[in-house]
Amino acid sequence: MKQIEGINDFVVKFANVNGTGSASANHLFAKAIFRMGIPVSPRNIFPSNIQGLPTWYEVRVSKNGYLGRRGGVDMMVCVNPQSMEKDVASVEPGGYFLYDSTKPLASHLKRDDVTYLGVPLTEMCMREYSVPRLQQLLKNVVYVGAMAALLDIHFPVLKDLLNDQFKGKEKLISSNVQALEMGYQFAKENFQCPLPIRLEKGGNVAPHILETPHILMNGNTAAALGAIYGGATVAAWYPITPSTSVVDAFAKYAERMRIDPGSGKKNFAIVQAEDELAAMGMVVGASWNGARSFTATSGPGLSLMSEFLGLAYFAEVPVVLIDVQRSGPSTGMPTRSQQSDILAAAYASHGDTKQVLLFPATPRECFDMTVDAFDLSEQLQTPVIMMSDLDLGMNDWMSPPLEWDDNYEMKRGKVLDGEGLDSVETWGRYLDVDGDGICYRTLPGAHPSKGAYFTRGSSKDEMAIYSESGDDYVQNVDRLLRKFETAKGYVPKPKTHPPIEVKRPKTDLKLGALFFGTSASPSYEAVEILAEEGYPIDTMRIRAFPFHESLDQFIHDHDMVFVIEQNRDGQMRQLIMNECQIAPSHLTSVLNYSGTPITARHIAQQIREALDTRSADIVPLHKETA
Amino acid sequence: MSYIKPTFRHPRLPTNRLGYTVADYDGSISTLCAGCGHDSISAAIRNACFESAIPPHRIAKISGIGCSSKMPTYFLGKSHGFNSVHGRMPSVATGASLGNRNLTYIGVSGDGDTASIGMGQFVHLIRRNVNMTYIVANNGCYGLTKGQDSATADLGSVAKGGAVNPFDGIDLGSLAVLQGASFVARSFSGDKAQLEPLIRAAMAHKGFAFIDVVSPCVTFNNHNGSTKSYSETRDHLDAMPLDFVPMREEIRTQYDEGTTQNVTLHDGSVIHLHKADSSYKTDDRNGAMAAVQKAKDEGRILTGLLYLDPDTQDLNQNISLATRPLNELGKDELCPGSKVLDSINEGLR
Repeated sequence: MKQIEGINDFVVKFANVNGTGSASANHLFAKAIFRMGIPVSPRNIFPSNIQGLPTWYEVRVSKNGYLGRRGGVDMMVCVNPQSMEKDVASVEPGGYFLYDSTKPLASHLKRDDVTYLGVPLTEMCMREYSVPRLQQLLKNVVYVGAMAALLDIHFPVLKDLLNDQFKGKEKLISSNVQALEMGYQFAKENFQCPLPIRLEKGGNVAPHILETPHILMNGNTAAALGAIYGGATVAAWYPITPSTSVVDAFAKYAERMRIDPGSGKKNFAIVQAEDELAAMGMVVGASWNGARSFTATSGPGLSLMSEFLGLAYFAEVPVVLIDVQRSGPSTGMPTRSQQSDILAAAYASHGDTKQVLLFPATPRECFDMTVDAFDLSEQLQTPVIMMSDLDLGMNDWMSPPLEWDDNYEMKRGKVLDGEGLDSVETWGRYLDVDGDGICYRTLPGAHPSKGAYFTRGSSKDEMAIYSESGDDYVQNVDRLLRKFETAKGYVPKPKTHPPIEVKRPKTDLKLGALFFGTSASPSYEAVEILAEEGYPIDTMRIRAFPFHESLDQFIHDHDMVFVIEQNRDGQMRQLIMNECQIAPSHLTSVLNYSGTPITARHIAQQIREALDTRSADIVPLHKETA
Repeated sequence: MSYIKPTFRHPRLPTNRLGYTVADYDGSISTLCAGCGHDSISAAIRNACFESAIPPHRIAKISGIGCSSKMPTYFLGKSHGFNSVHGRMPSVATGASLGNRNLTYIGVSGDGDTASIGMGQFVHLIRRNVNMTYIVANNGCYGLTKGQDSATADLGSVAKGGAVNPFDGIDLGSLAVLQGASFVARSFSGDKAQLEPLIRAAMAHKGFAFIDVVSPCVTFNNHNGSTKSYSETRDHLDAMPLDFVPMREEIRTQYDEGTTQNVTLHDGSVIHLHKADSSYKTDDRNGAMAAVQKAKDEGRILTGLLYLDPDTQDLNQNISLATRPLNELGKDELCPGSKVLDSINEGLR
């Protein structure tokens, strides 16, 4: 049997039972690799359940810094008998299977192309610890110890991490270190260590990664920090997975950073609302008063907020919404990731609406774009929705450090204060003085006799007086469209890279790929894979809606454009077709909507198939995947 | 109905403490039906704000959707107003109040807007004790959609088409008392002498103040058989009269012993409750529930100040909000800067 080999380039997956403390042990494993300076991307694949169901933790190690999922599992660490059969089957030929050998492995679980590594985890812990809770918890730490020996994780790094984690709790530190050592010793004595797949500090890691002092953080925490730095003062929300930790993190940082030094009281307000409708209503109310305000939600919450999103769009009230997408429709798979709220968000609400969307792809972008969202929503006087997802929001990502320019000034947009009102001859809330579709707003209480107006969802004239005149209505909604055009110049531009040189291209077609958010990283990897096979593909990462004009150009410059996304209906493709007037045949969907994040191998395979079909001269309209 | 509002004002209109005339508290001309109870409420709000000398621009008017929610256009034209979404005024008011705690908030809603689509938000608004005055113009029917029964229509009340309402009505006053509202009152749009001081007291109260105002719908619910018509309401009214004396004013009027109770609000204002010969106590939540229920059982409508806790803790206090309004804070107070971010980065390595 040929074993899988590789330095700093493999996929390890842990199969656990949820609620048994595995998450922190698995995190310890991933963080140790990160501390060794080797690119790593861990993913929690967890059930909508508190205790007792199968849960997985997939760790991608990639010397080149690919942080998306690759596809396939090189090494499985299986401590959950419930899922063992499937877990064994999912190991790549030549891979490794570490299991709890307290009980012998059933014969039907034995494959002859997999290396089995039996560690009697339960037996070791039963022997060593008398408290049942410790027997269960430390079992996880024992296998991390064994993995340290098998993959060559620096033992002191693990110890340091435990010291950080349990600062001051010496007893916990020593019991954890002991469990680590127990596993480590067992592996050293019983297996050939290290395995042909292993880690090596520095080693073959791409130089551009070694140069940057990366951080490891999840997108929700980064977004919460963005809200702190962006000056958010009111957060109103309703708990929903996977967005909950955005406001949890905001609360944590605000308690530290937003206490008025004089009085010890809070320079922020967080309200856990009765539902998402109320959460969005509170955001609208606070923003109307000129306080930066936001909410975070996921699909079902977005639906409930749509009513208010329509009001905010039409009444032109700034709103910041962080949508951490999950699988829908309805409850769908609430702990699984998708990019499936694109259309619901872009056209959120009844009537003619178009909402500004931002698509972050890294925690760093979650931070930057949340700050942007506050600026944009006030500059444009409209809702701005940041479209994150579970994969980005709840998983730890290696990211360049967050950066802050101390010269940053909040862009509050066109707001007339008391002096401002005195300086203008006439003022009308919906008078487009500057011709960019953005009018001057006033805040309640600003001036004793000027600037008061009625904010309403009903139609009105330029002076904000209620009007059912068709002309007034048309003038107003046409101006809103003009404002949306203006927004194109304000939102983050798409990212492109210089074309990849391919020595002997196998096709004359000019190929392009469009993607966004968490589809980006595996897409870049797939493009590399295909380039090596002779298919040069240019890429554009979309970062905002309304789309930048360079998107139109990119599509027109290529014969065949793949739109890579994580939903069934190719929602981004539809949005592009609709907004840029692109013929459906020009855009080929590459999709994954299984709930687990899309992989580079899957993308590459889909594109290969599409190219094969194309060469047979049939243009696919739609391509589905399992 | 008229569609032109005269702008002529008597040159010697009386002014309030701040020098404003009552005309400074006017809004646009009403587009409601002639004789609508709601217009009397608008007038009462205008007069109350004038009498209490609140600068018009320091008041924010917020409403939901429906005939009632159109009202804020018809008073306080110098105040910002927000006609929001059906049943969702409470959340907008909550957010607005958090954004700037220094304004006076008047929420105007109706029985459909509050007791049906907005019931959830209404109850939670009470629970949070947002510092605002919340007025329901209660006519027992949906006016804008032409007369359907609302959830506050009384059992047995006959609709204009002759249908008898088979459901017990939701009593918003009792509900507010039960849910722990710190100021609960009921009044009648036709009882200006009671309604105006109630609104003034509600605005002076620090915390959530609720006034349920029976406000007949002249077009769809003012016929024989309706329990919320003008004549039925007048005939069955048990009104508890009152006066309001703001904190700055001296109490001048003398009342006969045993006919008046005084209640002092948090800011020092005083409410005089007249004819308090009965054992009615405004600080007795259970007593208030019982009194409202007793009146209902007897087919009467008890109006006046039903319950008051002047020392309640409002939302701002409960969440330890700093005194400076959040919308006045700038970068210096809000943004922790690059050094702090560097240390956060350090913790993530």
